[in-house]
Amino acid sequence: MRYAMAVDTRKCVGCSDCVVACQTENNVPSGYCRDWVVEIMDGTYPQLETEIRSERCNHCVNSPCVRCCPTGASHFEDGGIVLVKKTECIGCGACIASCPYDARYPHPDGYVDKCTFCIHRIRNGMKPACVEVCPTKCMYFGDLDDSNSDVSLVLKKRKYKTLIPEAGTDPRLYFLI
Amino acid sequence: MKEELFVSGRMNNMIDPSLHIWHWQISLYLFLGGMAAGILCIAALYYIRGKEKDYFTAVRITPFLAPVLLVIGLVCLFIDLRHKLYFWQLYTNIKLQSPMSWGAWTLMVVTPVSFIWCALHIKDIFPEWNWKYKWLFALETFFNKYKKALAWVMLIYGLILGIYTGILLSAFNARPLWNTSILGPLFLASGLSAGAAVTLIISKNSTERKQFARIDLVLIGIEMFLIIHMFMGFLASTEVQIEAAKLFLGGEYTMTFWIFVVILGLLVPALLEILELGKYHIPALVSPLLVISGSLALRFIIVYAGQVSRWLY
Repeated sequence: MRYAMAVDTRKCVGCSDCVVACQTENNVPSGYCRDWVVEIMDGTYPQLETEIRSERCNHCVNSPCVRCCPTGASHFEDGGIVLVKKTECIGCGACIASCPYDARYPHPDGYVDKCTFCIHRIRNGMKPACVEVCPTKCMYFGDLDDSNSDVSLVLKKRKYKTLIPEAGTDPRLYFLI
Repeated sequence: MKEELFVSGRMNNMIDPSLHIWHWQISLYLFLGGMAAGILCIAALYYIRGKEKDYFTAVRITPFLAPVLLVIGLVCLFIDLRHKLYFWQLYTNIKLQSPMSWGAWTLMVVTPVSFIWCALHIKDIFPEWNWKYKWLFALETFFNKYKKALAWVMLIYGLILGIYTGILLSAFNARPLWNTSILGPLFLASGLSAGAAVTLIISKNSTERKQFARIDLVLIGIEMFLIIHMFMGFLASTEVQIEAAKLFLGGEYTMTFWIFVVILGLLVPALLEILELGKYHIPALVSPLLVISGSLALRFIIVYAGQVSRWLY
């Protein structure tokens, strides 16, 4: 099992519904977020190009955060989901510094927090909250080992990229272009 | 033109607008740990080489500072933790891929060793010292018997401590400024030089002082060499590392780095030590204090600037 997510940059309108859905579903403390929307404008007027991306933890296969964690609090769950065990996290901040995507943040209660791919939902056969609420249905989630999953099907059809592949992290968050 | 906007207004505390997760505690610890490592390595090395009599201060007196520095450093590390009550998790796990795990275990060895080393020499400071309990006398006899082995442990773990403070940072490829293997040797050299400077301050013996002025000079030379190579490496590397180097070559850390680390921390003390060795009379405290403050500034600047440097995507 290899969980992955694909985000269609051509469908995303940057409404931030995914951000709010995540904050509500996961009780994210006020002032923090586990996912966010980035809008990038490239080029010189009038030849401008805009890309909008809903970003979150990339659940990397070669994840620097799991490697640098001194206690093993940052670990892989089944399906390659990167999680933090609250009761093993000492809040040293090494994983936060190690993430090239800045996807982690220090929870006000002391431990480090991040996107979980809504593991509590997917284990019950549901989609992650952000995917579920997206009004343009621009997000696809599923198992890469299952060739009929939403994410496998869309990755077969479309061109895609990952973020900073040169950081060597082998991300599991794909952006359709 | 490339412009990036956070539509959702991501403003995670200590992450945005730029990473700010490690503050003075980590910088100060890296400095104190490095200096303690320097003091212990020099003491162990001269003891092993049988030069205890020639370099009495370095082997027997200066090490009294090491446990103090290490304990203050450990307190800093503890203050930095955000989930403090779980700190013991460091010592129920050994993670070979995590420099921080290496550091935690190294401190677990080197701190007690530094206390034992001081205990063996406590009569040099308090001639009337009495251990009172029989088992303490027995322990003293035991460690005196195996003092050479203890010195070897101190030397090796001191070296690991000195290098790991750099590797702790260089292992993060997410922060291009830190992501250079030069940082390990650079922090080790800087720690050794701060350690030598402490002996230079304390020692009254002119041969010992001369020797340590020479050691400091060599270490300053090594540091300059490493700093130049660090920048050569950055500038020959990818865009993100070139951007990182620019923080020091015209960017926001240019003045602080070149003035406090390179000029006041390395070049001026080197010049003063050359003059002093050439029989000019220079106030004895000036150059070692400059070396120590340069070593402190290096840790602060690298820790803070590293968090500004990032990948562009």
